[in-house]
Amino acid sequence: MNGALLSVRDLHTWFELRRWGFVRVGFVRAVDGVSFELARGEAVAFVGESGCGKSSLARTLLGLHRPTRGEVVFDGTRLNELDAPALRRFRARVGYVQQDPYGALPPFMDVRRILAEPLIVHGVSDRAERERRIREALEEVRLSPADDFLPKFPHMLSGGQQQRVVIARALILRPQMIVADEPMSMLDASVRVEILNLLRGIQAARSLALAFITHDLSTVRYFAERIFVMYAGRIVEQAPVDALLEAPQHPYTKALIAAIADPDAENATRIQDVPGGEPPSLLQPPPGCRFHPRCRQRIAGVCETEVPPDFEPRPGHRSACWLHR
Amino acid sequence: MAAGGDGALLRVEDLRLHYRSARGRVRAVDGVSFDIRRNEALVVLGESGCGKTSLSKALLRVLPRNVAEYSGRVLLDGTDLMRFDEERFRREVRWVRMSMVMQAAMNALNPVVRVGEQVAEPLRVHRGWSRDRAMARAAEVFGLVGIAPDFLQRYPFELSGGMRQRAVLAMALATEPDLLILDEPTSALDVLTQAGIMNQLKRVKRELGTSFLLITHDIATSSEIADRVALMYAGQIVEFSDAASFFGAPAHPYGKLLMASVPRLRQVRRPQHVPGQPPSLAAPPAGCRFAERCPARFERCGEAPPAVAIGTRREVRCWLADPRGATS
Repeated sequence: MNGALLSVRDLHTWFELRRWGFVRVGFVRAVDGVSFELARGEAVAFVGESGCGKSSLARTLLGLHRPTRGEVVFDGTRLNELDAPALRRFRARVGYVQQDPYGALPPFMDVRRILAEPLIVHGVSDRAERERRIREALEEVRLSPADDFLPKFPHMLSGGQQQRVVIARALILRPQMIVADEPMSMLDASVRVEILNLLRGIQAARSLALAFITHDLSTVRYFAERIFVMYAGRIVEQAPVDALLEAPQHPYTKALIAAIADPDAENATRIQDVPGGEPPSLLQPPPGCRFHPRCRQRIAGVCETEVPPDFEPRPGHRSACWLHR
Repeated sequence: MAAGGDGALLRVEDLRLHYRSARGRVRAVDGVSFDIRRNEALVVLGESGCGKTSLSKALLRVLPRNVAEYSGRVLLDGTDLMRFDEERFRREVRWVRMSMVMQAAMNALNPVVRVGEQVAEPLRVHRGWSRDRAMARAAEVFGLVGIAPDFLQRYPFELSGGMRQRAVLAMALATEPDLLILDEPTSALDVLTQAGIMNQLKRVKRELGTSFLLITHDIATSSEIADRVALMYAGQIVEFSDAASFFGAPAHPYGKLLMASVPRLRQVRRPQHVPGQPPSLAAPPAGCRFAERCPARFERCGEAPPAVAIGTRREVRCWLADPRGATS
């Protein structure tokens, strides 16, 4: 094994779909053959639209879903085989920052209690030690003075402050990796950047691995080193951030980037070129390349039948598209 | 702001919508003035809690029960709608001349009624059309928003989020309103779906000559349709500009900071956050409401700044723009 902190190979996370509780309809192939590696201290982003499987991937990495097939190896430990207590210990090593900070915080607990909870669950029994670590975590997410925030309940905090508490909770067990699922999509533009800067700063200072899950390509530029673009359960393109944004290779990524506007009054004068149709059902994904029904550059006779492998059109830049053949 | 100009379709003067609450009077809309011309799209830009959704509710008179004050003038083609009683407003204005697509409206479709029936409903209710005639029109507006007519027979759950949003848009357009009010019409949608909807809005604007009032916090998306921008902060419009001036160089310090906070895909410039938080609408400061967070603040900001004209139909509520402001 090399120096990767996290190694994911041919991962499949499928969910069985039943009708009336017993008739098996099929499987929702949320994650369907994903492989990648994440180095220690590296920040990466998984970008895709709703239903592309990015959140299921995140939850599988956190040990909240069992892989259906393939493996997840974290720091030498295969996640697939862990029993419940081992899985609980594993979860202490990966922090989770949820999408909706208010929904993620129990409304009946004050900040002190919210931050004490993971410490108690993971056996930090000394009260003074807990208090010290709680204050340290609040300091780290710049909720200071800590005494002002410790007795507050979630509803007494602004959206940005709530998200800081969620981040503090994710950090308090000193994880090696953070998984952040759309950490700023519920926040206002002006607060978003602040939360991202904070997360990125902590990540760099502690050399944490960071996996951002997001639908918004424009925010990832400054907050990740590599981007993985997901479509219908698979990674279709992966590259360092600048390479991907400046020279996207896969037709889906190209469409995605073209659809994102930078604020400019000129935008109002043009009709954008948007691929028709919608992402496919994960219950019966199309054969061949999953993007082919919407792709304008489809190669007849190839894309409809043959699953494209990862090509490497430029060094370090991979794209699963037959155009690179 | 009473930005001038004749031929306004909608002119709003000193509109106020205050709510009663346990914390006292909440000044959600606090003296807002602007106008929209025919075939013009005005974007009301602001962050959560600035009062932009209350503004849309005040215009369409969809009010909650705890209203403490609802005043000002709302002139549609010169007629003051505030003088209309509820019955007349419902009969002549709402869904007839002004339609609205509410936030997350796609989730407000009735799950057990076919989509086509729901789109036809305003025509049957407000125009008294027969079912056949209304359904024919529904098929027409479906075409306008880019949905195949066979979807008329489907139920909402059979449509994707983007399709449902288009259906709601079709419903709002069915009666050919002069003004369409859209509250965050795309914020719950994916990037490609969002771009598709914005394309449809542009087409509708071109083909039907409809005017738009689009309420959003998403600056980049708003530039897809804006002719003019009204920037809202703490219940007031702090800048009212044409789109090119605003997106190019906003005049109000808040507008400048907000533009700098937008991450850009095609520029290498690190986005900056706006420090601080907006004031409570229950107890806004007496002077400039942005002063506390403003890097350019000076003594005069303790007084409430007026709307200062800085060009044709361009106004900014800031002492820095006042020719006497920075010196006196």
